[in-house]
Amino acid sequence: MLTTVIFAALALIAVAAGIVVFRTDSMARATYALAVSFVAVGAMMLQFGLDYIGVVTILMMVMEMAIMAIFMVMFMGMNPALMPMDMVHNKRGSLLIAGGVFVVLAAGALLVPWPARRGAPAVDLTASLGEAIMGNKMLVMLTVSPVLFATLVSAVVLANPRGRYRDYPPPLAAPGDAAGGTDHGGTGSDGGTAPHDHGHHGGGH
Amino acid sequence: MSGIVQVAPVWAVAAVLLTVLAGVAGAVFEAVVQARSDGRRGGLLAPVAETARLLRQPQRSLLSADVLLWRIGTAALPIIAVLMAAVLPFGSWVIADLPVGLVWFNAMDVMVWAAVWLAGWGPNSAHAMIGGYRFLGLALGYELPLMFALTAPAVAAGSLRMADIVAGQETLWYVAWMPVAFVVFCAAVLAFSLHRPFDAPAGADLGGGVLAEAAGVDRLLLLAGRHMLLAVGSGFAVALFLGGGAGPFLPGWAWFLTKTLVVLGVLLVVRRRLGPLRPDQLMAPAWLVALPAVLVQLAVVAVVAVARG
Repeated sequence: MLTTVIFAALALIAVAAGIVVFRTDSMARATYALAVSFVAVGAMMLQFGLDYIGVVTILMMVMEMAIMAIFMVMFMGMNPALMPMDMVHNKRGSLLIAGGVFVVLAAGALLVPWPARRGAPAVDLTASLGEAIMGNKMLVMLTVSPVLFATLVSAVVLANPRGRYRDYPPPLAAPGDAAGGTDHGGTGSDGGTAPHDHGHHGGGH
Repeated sequence: MSGIVQVAPVWAVAAVLLTVLAGVAGAVFEAVVQARSDGRRGGLLAPVAETARLLRQPQRSLLSADVLLWRIGTAALPIIAVLMAAVLPFGSWVIADLPVGLVWFNAMDVMVWAAVWLAGWGPNSAHAMIGGYRFLGLALGYELPLMFALTAPAVAAGSLRMADIVAGQETLWYVAWMPVAFVVFCAAVLAFSLHRPFDAPAGADLGGGVLAEAAGVDRLLLLAGRHMLLAVGSGFAVALFLGGGAGPFLPGWAWFLTKTLVVLGVLLVVRRRLGPLRPDQLMAPAWLVALPAVLVQLAVVAVVAVARG
């Protein structure tokens, strides 16, 4: 009974926070409303006894939203992220798609003949879930994941002009440059000066 | 040492109090050391006086501030510290003996990312916001080395349960054969509690950064949260690497408390000797030195763990 109540509350929080994502005009609120929604889903997974997956979902989603806040400033040109903005685009199309997907998924959940439980749950649900999903493809997964990770990192590095052309780690500042290099005098040190030095270098490639 | 048992939920109240007190201990120690280095005596009551001052000071309200997100960000730090403490074995007692306690700790330290960014974003102040982004810049540097440093004790114990990790050190403390992971972990504790050299998000060059607009209770919560996170982080350093409550004669809780306070004191002294680090200065040492070093450490631990069966 209590489990059902908690599950329902979490489900409501997840959906309500999901709605807030589109209703708010602040990128920050939308981002963290989405995080709340995912945290509620992670808590539901805890209820299923999937401890590891539940906690990792919370970890990943909170981290992901924080990273999104970085990308908001890094890559959104004139930086609307800092201004109030509308969170929906192509309203009619997306409404149709979202409604359609919801109907299909809900119909599936209601109409599929769910099988009755056979046997007992495994002792370690996380391990058995991993076995069930990956099984004998474990080696492939282990190989693919570092490659995927390296691809992601290099894509971000290459997408950033400074990441592509600037020396890294930055060379130790020359004595004359020391003031600029070690001075903590505000935002200028974040890169306002450095691309200047390497601008010609970069253009030459 | 006997096994670690989960205590009744009522004890959570004691855990909260203890986390606060450990944070206060850190603040008092810091104030005393500061007073001595200034050539003054005392300092014992400085944190108490500061708390009283901040409690009477009104909170600041700013134009177009996102008050909801701001309050969430400031209140979150002490709450995160308490949620971390929930899975930390205090001697032979623990509030929540989660099978994935270590991952829980990791998830909570990631929550600090969100909290500090929100505390920086909320007030609608450029200094605070840059402080919040600085923290994310630092976090990108320290988080991966921290995660791999956490993996080492888990691999050695063959479990993500804090109790198993403590029990796995009965013969030999993990710090003895995982010194690199221990050092990286301690550095990360300083980082996620916004202490030197990782205090650029609250740097004086930013007029206080995320603290710039925080007054009254807001400021108190942020400062208290930093101290509580440092104290709980020290507790995890003890549980993960220094044998938890293991020790002769005294009961487990006494050893655990002693070791935690020693680690806390050492971290507070070490951080006084370090200068502040700009976020972009952290990336190279963190990813080009600490990350490979901790991966080699992990490889050694994994080989030993497999060899032992």
